[in-house]
Amino acid sequence: MKYVSKPVRKKDAFALLTGRPVYAEDIAGGDFLFVKVLKSPYANAIIEDIDITKAMEVRGIVKILTYKDVPQVRFTLAGQTYPEWSPYDRLILDRHVRFVGDAAAIVAGENERCVIQAMRRIKIKYKVLEPVLDFLEAKDNPVLVHPEDDWNPLVDAGGDNKRNLCAHGKDSSGDVNEVLSKCDYVVDETYHTQANQQTMMETFRTFTYFDAQNRLNVLSSTQVPFHVRRILSNALQIPKSRIKVIKPRIGGGYGAKQTAVCEVYPAIVTLITGRPAKIIYSRREAQITSSPRHEMQIRVRIGADKSGIIKAIDVYTISNTGAYGEHGPTTVGLSGHKSIPIYGKTEAFRFEYDVVYTNKMSSGAYRGYGATQGFFAVESAVDELAHKMGMDPVKLREMNIVKEGQIMPAYYGEPNTSCHLDKCIARAKEIIGYNENALRKDLGGGIVRGIGAAVAMQGSGISNVDMGSVTLKINDDGFYSMLIGATDMGTGCDTILAQIAAEVLMCPVENIAVFGVDTDASPYDSGSYASATTYVTGNAAVKTANALIEKIKTAGAKTLECHKEDCVFDGKSVTDKNTGKSVSLKDLANSNMASGFAIEATESFMSPVSPPPFMAGMAEIEIDTNTGKITPVNYAAVVDCGTVINTNLAKVQTEGGIAQGMGMALYENVHYGPDGQYYSKSFMQYKIPARTDVGNIHVEFDSSYEPSGPFGAKSIGEIVINTPSPAIANAVENAIGVRIRDLPITPEKVLKALWAKEKGIEVSSHES
Amino acid sequence: MKIRLKINGKDFAPHIYPSMILLDLLRDLGFKSVKRGCGTTNCGLCTIIMDNKSVLSCSVPAARADGKEIYTLEGFQDKAAEIAEFLADEGADQCGFCAPGFVMNVIALEKENPNPTEKEIDEYLVGNLCRCTGYMSQHRAMARYFAHKQKEA
Ligand code: FES
Ligand code: FES
Repeated sequence: MKYVSKPVRKKDAFALLTGRPVYAEDIAGGDFLFVKVLKSPYANAIIEDIDITKAMEVRGIVKILTYKDVPQVRFTLAGQTYPEWSPYDRLILDRHVRFVGDAAAIVAGENERCVIQAMRRIKIKYKVLEPVLDFLEAKDNPVLVHPEDDWNPLVDAGGDNKRNLCAHGKDSSGDVNEVLSKCDYVVDETYHTQANQQTMMETFRTFTYFDAQNRLNVLSSTQVPFHVRRILSNALQIPKSRIKVIKPRIGGGYGAKQTAVCEVYPAIVTLITGRPAKIIYSRREAQITSSPRHEMQIRVRIGADKSGIIKAIDVYTISNTGAYGEHGPTTVGLSGHKSIPIYGKTEAFRFEYDVVYTNKMSSGAYRGYGATQGFFAVESAVDELAHKMGMDPVKLREMNIVKEGQIMPAYYGEPNTSCHLDKCIARAKEIIGYNENALRKDLGGGIVRGIGAAVAMQGSGISNVDMGSVTLKINDDGFYSMLIGATDMGTGCDTILAQIAAEVLMCPVENIAVFGVDTDASPYDSGSYASATTYVTGNAAVKTANALIEKIKTAGAKTLECHKEDCVFDGKSVTDKNTGKSVSLKDLANSNMASGFAIEATESFMSPVSPPPFMAGMAEIEIDTNTGKITPVNYAAVVDCGTVINTNLAKVQTEGGIAQGMGMALYENVHYGPDGQYYSKSFMQYKIPARTDVGNIHVEFDSSYEPSGPFGAKSIGEIVINTPSPAIANAVENAIGVRIRDLPITPEKVLKALWAKEKGIEVSSHES
Repeated sequence: MKIRLKINGKDFAPHIYPSMILLDLLRDLGFKSVKRGCGTTNCGLCTIIMDNKSVLSCSVPAARADGKEIYTLEGFQDKAAEIAEFLADEGADQCGFCAPGFVMNVIALEKENPNPTEKEIDEYLVGNLCRCTGYMSQHRAMARYFAHKQKEA
């Protein structure tokens, strides 16, 4: 292969690295009204009265909107394929504010300073209500987060707003209790994962204006332009035909921008005032009113027979969706549907979940999307099981992991069509220097090193739901335009999809100009999430390129006056294989400009399956038992994402995902005070890993070949965040003999656990 | 009020308001490479060079730039392109939002210490956060860049 499996540079590399103005705020220009959202100081309250007279007197203030000014039809901000699983449970502004930071008013003015001044002068009388803050007490709590009668789920996800239930579900095969009761060893433990912020460096931002056709243009840093069009149409109650969404370069997303966190606010201002409007979240706003990872509590029961065969897994997850249900009913599913099927010898499984509303910030999509939480729990439990059996934890995995060709009952019954997980484990062991008898090394002075392992999988797109499309057309001199609806958010999909098309079209990657995304011009794509782009849109790129070749041959046959069936195309020219006569692509393209026949093609792809990528992650950490501080030293990650399309970008994705996972494992946490106030409002209080915090991350690939993937590829984007939390927790136990079941594994928790171990006391694992 | 300053070798005399931050002034004047990632001196995205020192422009009042000589990445395009070669070869540009601040600080490092060890590189750049890459690719690229500069010297 010439262009696939190569370290091709990103098409936008030089623009980004030399600081060219390519992001939304750089290209939007001036003369926008500045929009800010006034936030509720209470976790649960009813607005009894709002007085904006004093605020309107501030010079430069143009518009202040309250709940009286917005459509009274509920919608969701979740960027998902229609009909969304997330319930329609919010208004742009609601009298009932449901978390500290919920929108109470929208203020638009000529500049930021006057808007801030006006916000201070808005007088609101709140009726303060008791909040429900502990998600473990939310279900059937007398305090209801959504008491309203127009709570509107489009899909029956088992939710009931009168019980604070956003969703409920259950899946099983075999009799899990029966099988567990016959197991020689059973572990029954409960794990807790915290809310994390994606903290992409470019915060949420949107610019809105009317164009010459009086259509609402929305320039937004989003992962889901087509979904944003629908969300705005629902929120503003205007037809979709009046909205156009444009995605420029994006400064990171990791799922955060799969929710339309900020788009509605400037959009309604522009709609009402007719003036261009913009919103740019400060880091503080991005920390306190955004879409972090769902906090979850996961109980795992897992059992094995004497020989070490894992016979049954039972997972029960409670997920905290916060004040609104964005991605609530779907993220939770992955906590079981991805973590259980990785063990292939079970005779029974059960997976049950409740997703509850609380008076905290609404959760959303974050890389891994529930699978990350599930793997922390299941992969911790597997180590606990191994310890109970006196068996090496990696050996236990090697004996039980799912194999290529097996059917995976807990993974929607899909077959495992491509899997090198066994090889990934073997190679990761070599890299980290795994020796089951030396998982702990005492360096003296209270410094101890430990090694721990975990395995993981994810999906490649959402089967039968997500769709990708690609348009290819030929231009003068024979260069191609490729229009996509998938959103490059830094991951490099513009380049990766061009590599795939170039391979089929047999032309250099530079010969393909990539355009994305504009909802008027781009072909439909559900968007870049669910690890879908390379697999789903990549398949669309292959289909489209092949369709285009057929058209090129048709045009060639006309010029050469032969049958299309006799034509061959080699990337540069079309040749009649009978006569040997040929016409170059350049001539063909140029003469085609006056032929009345367009050489262009659009194809879409939707997959009935979602082939999982697999990986093994092994962490070597150093613990200072005097302070409890944990420092990552080495991390070995070996990934099977099928064929690697871009060897550089896949590696960097992996390194980046592992670094984010380390932050989740060790310190990142959305902290709340007793009244639901936020403590983690800036990068001072919410620390993310710096370059000296991640140790040495060593990434390799062991590629299977996925028959349904483009050139054998699966996905890479999300799986890479799944192993650090369990691998590090397992390393902690191997090093110092304490088990932390509550993320993040902070120095305090380590010291407390050590102290309790010394005294022989049990400590409760969940505290927040 | 009005201040005078030199940006990338050119004179400017902008009007500012008293609470204005240098980062906003620079962006208003069209130097869009300067980015805000935090506003609290934690991320390094707003790195510029002021009077030969690397400075976080989110923490400098615009008034303090009066009479100063400032460089943004717009003023170092050739150097940026040279460094970019090494980063692009490692795929170290993901979303790229952190890149201008990072490259600015590499330039500052090179001025201060043209022959840094790998550890010195990481320590000097520790304030430049990147959420996408996990830093390894930036590390490899910079090790290669400085090794290459040594060979050239
Ligand atoms: S914006 Fe200045 S350090 Fe983050
Ligand atoms: S490349 Fe995205 S933050 Fe560094």
